[in-house]
Amino acid sequence: MNIKGGEIKTVEVKKFLMDKALILALLVMIIGIIIMEPAFLQWRVAKDIMTQSSVKLIVALGLLFPLLLGGTDLSGGRQVGLAAVIVASMSQAADYASKFYPGLPNIPIIFPILIAIGVVAVIGAVNGIMIAKLKMAPFIATFGMSTIVYGINCLYYAKEPNNAQPIGGIRGELTILSSYKLFGQISLLIVIAAVVTVISWFILNKTVFGKHIYAVGGNENAARVSGVKVHAIIIAVFVIESILVGMAGILEVARTGGANSAYGFSYEFDAISACVVGGVSLSGGVGKVSGVVLGVIIFTIISYGLAFIGINPNWQLIVKGIIICTAVALDMKKNSK
Amino acid sequence: MGINMEVSHLQEYRLKMDNITKTFPGVKALDDVKLHIKPGSVHALIGENGAGKSTLMKCLFGIYKPDGGSIEIDGRAVLISDTQSALKNGISMIHQELNPIPNRTVTDNIWVGRYIKKGLIVNEKLMEQKTQELLKELEFDINPKAMAKDLSVSQLQAIDIAKAISYNAKIIIMDEPTSSLTIAETKHLFRLIRQLRDEGRSVIYISHKLEEMFEIADEVTVMRDGRYIGTWEISKITIEHVIEQMVGRSMEERFPISEQPPSSDVKLRVENITSTDAKSFKNVSFELKKGEILGIGGLVGAQRTEMVESLFGLRPIASGVFYKEGRLIGNKSPLQAIENGFALLTEERRTTGIVPMLSVHDNTLIASYKKFTGWFPGVINKKKSTESAVAVCKSMNVKTPRMSTEIQNLSGGNQQKVLVGRWLLTDSNILILDEPTRGVDVGAKYEIYKIMRELVKKGNSIIMVSSEMPELLGMSDRILVMCNGRITGILNSEQASQVEIMRLATRFTIDNTAMEAGK
Repeated sequence: MNIKGGEIKTVEVKKFLMDKALILALLVMIIGIIIMEPAFLQWRVAKDIMTQSSVKLIVALGLLFPLLLGGTDLSGGRQVGLAAVIVASMSQAADYASKFYPGLPNIPIIFPILIAIGVVAVIGAVNGIMIAKLKMAPFIATFGMSTIVYGINCLYYAKEPNNAQPIGGIRGELTILSSYKLFGQISLLIVIAAVVTVISWFILNKTVFGKHIYAVGGNENAARVSGVKVHAIIIAVFVIESILVGMAGILEVARTGGANSAYGFSYEFDAISACVVGGVSLSGGVGKVSGVVLGVIIFTIISYGLAFIGINPNWQLIVKGIIICTAVALDMKKNSK
Repeated sequence: MGINMEVSHLQEYRLKMDNITKTFPGVKALDDVKLHIKPGSVHALIGENGAGKSTLMKCLFGIYKPDGGSIEIDGRAVLISDTQSALKNGISMIHQELNPIPNRTVTDNIWVGRYIKKGLIVNEKLMEQKTQELLKELEFDINPKAMAKDLSVSQLQAIDIAKAISYNAKIIIMDEPTSSLTIAETKHLFRLIRQLRDEGRSVIYISHKLEEMFEIADEVTVMRDGRYIGTWEISKITIEHVIEQMVGRSMEERFPISEQPPSSDVKLRVENITSTDAKSFKNVSFELKKGEILGIGGLVGAQRTEMVESLFGLRPIASGVFYKEGRLIGNKSPLQAIENGFALLTEERRTTGIVPMLSVHDNTLIASYKKFTGWFPGVINKKKSTESAVAVCKSMNVKTPRMSTEIQNLSGGNQQKVLVGRWLLTDSNILILDEPTRGVDVGAKYEIYKIMRELVKKGNSIIMVSSEMPELLGMSDRILVMCNGRITGILNSEQASQVEIMRLATRFTIDNTAMEAGK
């Protein structure tokens, strides 16, 4: 195989700048924040940013899977909420005053977790079946699913005797997932997010399943001809994604010590934004776990940093929007020659 | 259809492109290229894939902006900044890939971008009338009110031709216009091209089919590796000479010689298979010998692709059975077919072959990852898989900067070699190659032929669907001819000839494909 050399230098530099334009711009912003408020550079801030990124990262990694297929999941956020309410309803302390299930003793904490994950996994499977077998556009199928999930959540949440009251009194066995600090420093949330990151990376890069996801996302027909079970891949992808967002819901309960039916609302949009900023193509087949990690951290740094230097939080929304649009514009420009 | 020719009579050349240079990331696509076109002539532009023909045409049509060089039309320097200005300068282009708007009418597709208006309102009636006249003049039997999605590929091509002509262009670029046309349709197209030429227009004709080019062109310009090689009058040059110029080396033969005859062992026996689609193939039976290349000839619409895709489990069959080495097998899905040792190189490389944004490495391995799992089920042994991918790409002589290069950046011929390599990794021994050299340049074609010969020498069997007569005759041990979904004959290569194949390929009237061109 012959390597074409020479004359490529300037073009490569251009390409590098284009690939990294966003990151460079953000670096400039961060440096700006540091100049305005040098206190930004401290271990506590870094810790906060990592902790705040953890749950978002798990949702974003979840969304990465359908995005790699060229799909999406607009019900992701609502699944976070449903998982949160389910797990919260079953993990209240036995002696808590207003309990969702008044007679429920302190059952092993793994049961509520498994039930919540199981429920959202079924939702994921239904999403996958709608998209694979019924050939529905992911956008609309999962949008429909998001209202269904929210409806189910509200019905459950409004059940007697809870009557749509916020669920509190979560047992320590669950909240420890957030409160426990490794070496007294690092929240368990960060550790869990790191483990999920490594597993996602492993699945996508080291397994046949992962390679098949990229192939289906890149060219479904070619994958089919090559003997890939396209339907099975699509369904499995949506199940995995649901499991991840379900986990995020559980961690939200651990973090906040409670839940209500509004939990998780619009989380999928933040997740998709982070993926796009991290270089995941909305048309499928392109995207890396490392990019998603970067995307999530960038968004946290911006919201945290802008608050840190005392800028009106509404400005954060505008900056976020500009970043998303720029990311997509750059992606499009990269893809057209 | 008149054309203003005051200026052109004074000029020797209608179009002069000089010193055109264009660089893409990593590649110098055009290096000091020139192209001089006379008025009232058909000018063939040829070269291997990646030679820069399409890039040059895209520079002319305003899709790309050249880095340097000049373009003169009728002696006047012009600056073509976008497609609109190309059209204004009298240049129109018929693209290789058709991009119709499926849910709009023929009329809409022809006039999109320049709707005829009456005040603020689109004048549908006049547009439709004009479309009718245009199609009639070109002898295309197409209803202007028909939806683009309901038209056949050749009809869509006709629409594209009509559209290009409706701009009243002085220079018409045709990029592989016959790639999906039947013989009758091609003849009709050639009549049109001659008519255009006689009206004083210049036609730039890009094609891989050399025979065709010799039939239609007046002059030919050859390009190679982004450079201009030369321009000749067609009457003063031979096919062999053109090939030599294209590949930059002399080609003794266009097809490598078969070194050993196929064995008499039957590898695959197909009995009476019939498609579930009533309009598709019926009662197809044949045998494929071990070490044999069985060519499948026929016209567009003969259902050859449908038949071979059914063998591979991509399409269902209503009845019929097939045996591999005496064992009854049913390929219900591609996965099952692969497990049974089948491989299918599809007709449409872009839509069903490559995964464009994935690397050469991943594209090579996509069908065989399961083979390379290691210590844990489903986990790929990276070392083993990469070694195999590199080895197979090397043996296919794939030219790529790196294994990690996205396959979409490779030329058609190299993409095809990667796809052949993909199937070699699956341990297949019945290879179905559907138009294996379509859109592949002459040099790569020869390499693919050589690979095919080596494969059958090792005891594999090949079914090759091909619409190129010389390829069918040059490569096949036997040729099976289909017409309208039925087998009309199986010829031994010694008794086969173009005439005989054509006779069999047109045994039954063709009604479903032609755009009534032969009338």
